Amino acid sequence: MGIVGMIITGIGVLFLLLGNFGILRLPDVYNRIQAGTKCTTFGAFFTIVGIGILEPNWFWKCLLIAAFVLITNPISSHAIARASKIIGVLLCDKSVIDKTEEFKNEKGV
Amino acid sequence: MTILIVFAIIIVLGMFFSFLRMLIGPTASDRAVAVDTITTTTVALLVLLAFIFERYVYLDVSLVYALLAFVGLVALARYLERGI
Amino acid sequence: MIIVITLLVLMMLASAITACIMKDLISAVIAACVVSLIAAVLFFLLHAPDVAMAEASIGAALVTAVFIIAIKRTKRHEE
Repeated sequence: MGIVGMIITGIGVLFLLLGNFGILRLPDVYNRIQAGTKCTTFGAFFTIVGIGILEPNWFWKCLLIAAFVLITNPISSHAIARASKIIGVLLCDKSVIDKTEEFKNEKGV
Repeated sequence: MTILIVFAIIIVLGMFFSFLRMLIGPTASDRAVAVDTITTTTVALLVLLAFIFERYVYLDVSLVYALLAFVGLVALARYLERGI
Repeated sequence: MIIVITLLVLMMLASAITACIMKDLISAVIAACVVSLIAAVLFFLLHAPDVAMAEASIGAALVTAVFIIAIKRTKRHEE
């Protein structure tokens, strides 16, 4: 049980490091939102569940915290992405397509 | 137990990367994204430190931390969207 | 563990200096939010979880929301 929990915690920690490095490295606010949400949610979930496996008495409370992270992190990232689209933050130069141009006339995006 | 302290050092190093983005970010949205990432990383760090210290009560701190930082970030995003 | 504390204190100091010198007030509020978040982790490392809980709730959520409402009533950029 100890080895399995340690491996799962190690995977989570590696994803947290890579997600934070993506925040520093990527060129654009939307790409940064992608890195900072996907990698960080995955990494935090695996780290917390790995701690719960390492100490079996803590498992349900750790699962509660992990579920809470899993719910709240995409909501806040979506709010920031929507806000930065509305106030007109530009895409980077290497962007190929912007799909939100198609829906601009239907709703007041 | 030593490898868990190494994990904690790796997580704090990751926090340092997104903290650099918080310092040099051109617009306010970049800084908000960096703070969002720092928050989620810190929740994982607090659970890891609670296991290192071997106290069950310390898990409450990370729960409160996740809830209230979420409220602050949503208020910030609502301001950036013109209107609170 | 001393490496963790050193990195956290460095981040907290740099963030506090950033909050002082920033002209865009929203960025200054975000930097002050980071100061409170890191202070909560430092209280946690000093084995004071109740103080950490109060610091996280007041510093991260309440002060940020109050400052944002105040900036909304006035103007955003400092001359």
